[in-house]
Amino acid sequence: MKLYEYEAKEILAKYGITTPRGGLAASVAQAHEIATKLRLPVVVKAQVLVAGRGKAGGILFCQSVDEVEKSAEKLLNMNIKGIPVKSVWIEERIQVKKELYFGITTDRYNQCYVAVASSVGGVDIEEVASKTPEKVINTSINPELGLRPFQTREIARKMGFSGNKLSDLGRIFERLYVAGIENDAELIEMNPVVETVDGKFVAADARIIVDDNALFRHQDYKKRLMEGGSDLSLQELEAMNNDLAYVRLDGNIGVIGNGAGLVMATLDTIQYYGGKPANFLDVGGGAPSEKTALALRIVLSDPRVKTLFINILGGITRCDEVARGILEAKKKVGVTTPMVIRLVGTNEEEGKRILTEAGIQVLESMEEAARRAVEISKQGGS
Amino acid sequence: MGIIIDKNTRAIVQGATGTQGSFHTKLMIDYGTKIVAGMTPGKGGTEVHGVPVYDTVEEVQEKHSANASIIFVPAAFAADSALEAIENGIKTVVIITEHIPIKDAIEVMAYARQMKAKIIGPNTPGIITPSECKLGIMPSHIFKPGGIGMVSRSGTLTYEIAADLTRTQLGQSTCLGLGGDPITGLNFIEALRMFEKDQQTKAVVLIGEIGGNLEELTAEHIAKEKYPKPVVAFVAGRSAPPGKRMGHAGAIVMGKAGTAESKIEAFRKAGVEVAEKPGDVPDLLAKLVDIERE
Repeated sequence: MKLYEYEAKEILAKYGITTPRGGLAASVAQAHEIATKLRLPVVVKAQVLVAGRGKAGGILFCQSVDEVEKSAEKLLNMNIKGIPVKSVWIEERIQVKKELYFGITTDRYNQCYVAVASSVGGVDIEEVASKTPEKVINTSINPELGLRPFQTREIARKMGFSGNKLSDLGRIFERLYVAGIENDAELIEMNPVVETVDGKFVAADARIIVDDNALFRHQDYKKRLMEGGSDLSLQELEAMNNDLAYVRLDGNIGVIGNGAGLVMATLDTIQYYGGKPANFLDVGGGAPSEKTALALRIVLSDPRVKTLFINILGGITRCDEVARGILEAKKKVGVTTPMVIRLVGTNEEEGKRILTEAGIQVLESMEEAARRAVEISKQGGS
Repeated sequence: MGIIIDKNTRAIVQGATGTQGSFHTKLMIDYGTKIVAGMTPGKGGTEVHGVPVYDTVEEVQEKHSANASIIFVPAAFAADSALEAIENGIKTVVIITEHIPIKDAIEVMAYARQMKAKIIGPNTPGIITPSECKLGIMPSHIFKPGGIGMVSRSGTLTYEIAADLTRTQLGQSTCLGLGGDPITGLNFIEALRMFEKDQQTKAVVLIGEIGGNLEELTAEHIAKEKYPKPVVAFVAGRSAPPGKRMGHAGAIVMGKAGTAESKIEAFRKAGVEVAEKPGDVPDLLAKLVDIERE
């Protein structure tokens, strides 16, 4: 779950990391009130969860309260990559001497968190890592020890600092690590963390992605997510509420399968045969019939879907449960969209019997089923 | 033969009294796996499919000295179960549970490294050495013994490819699911090392997917070590858009990192044959190895 910039900055401030003075406004009047309390010049930033808002015109610099009002009005009436801007964050501009990068993410190979730092900040860190890897400092973190002061001083020294600044900057790194751990962040970063002209360090921008699997420990975030404070589509939200994984894509073949890898391979195979999937939907392991029925309803609520491809390979999922779910959905939703069904695995015979008796044909090969679905999707143009 | 588990494996089921735990305990016993005990706190003294259930792993070990465990415990408690197994000397721990927080998984892996225990998963279908032992939830009938080692980040996609291999008379030595999470126990490189030493294994199938850079590191390892057995790979997620999590917590393209293209290119550069579709794997294997099809 992605947090908004203002949420991330509030968290950093709570852990003692300096952030620019600022406030959140959902209206022009609020923007006016905040601006009068800040020292000009200020920057007005659209609060959206999509990347690249700067390039899309979502960040405006203002010299006067009047300009703040105009900027807030403009941004609050704007869509950035299809997402309406509901609030803006207004903060004092800082006098930048140097922009740096510091973040904590996961290191899959070493099975631990890793601190990533660079003396080049304010730009895409992946770009820096691929073009000038010598400018990126990676430090593995032992989970039992955490990020220790000596490690943060080593990082600061490699970033080109010396004297008191080693500890000043190091303390910020330590605090960010603790903030990340206590909030179950899979990514927490300051990009940039800025050295100001008067030698202080300020987190000028902050990004936090909370581990979805840890939301049960953070009910406040979960509540915000469920109330729609996210960049998810209606289908994606409904799927998430019901423990289904749904991703909207841009084609016309609805896809339901069990297991992320199999569904991904199903999409790839559809694409291989020249078709275009409308979505990714993984019903997960051990789906009972109601869940399959719900999955059908979610995928078919998308008007672009011309045919539905159900690809089930049962392990923990039982084919008979899936078959009952398909019939249940057919009865309740009144499915008229043509379906291509491939069903093999645990309780396969029973599943096939249920569907065959209801007059639904079941295929055995994924490739044959994918070809059939692509054919149907191309009938009648588009 | 095969790797990690065989007919001498003596396993505990943690979470044996739950719906999934109980269902799969039965299927594992039916397959011939030696399930020596079940374990669920508060259910000690009961039985599941004729297997005695205990409150703690400690008690199981006093009476049965198991050497493996399979975990069906809900996500919020699964890391604790894994730590309990490791603490009590279990050296192979299979974590079926999905949705375990990253922080918890990192703690489990650190303790497993310290205690030299092998963790399989989390979010894995488990592991099967056909005709000898199954610690997992995979449908048994799609596997048969033979010379192909399989290692995968995906469950159902492993079944898909294993079923194709079996249909074309290419049996398997061991099929191992690494798990679909960002932080998992065993990785491709460790699996390759074990398959290298296993005499039954003549060739290896790697099934990767988008997200992270483990496939790229594996390709480097294969090239650098001149891996002596033929390897065929499939990578899922060519059609996945960036920034979207494709079901598995670990399956996400972040910016330019973790794309299927990058992984496929790395494998090809290392001399690994990469299948275009899952169904192409058997033919690629057949070209590379002279395995007597049983």
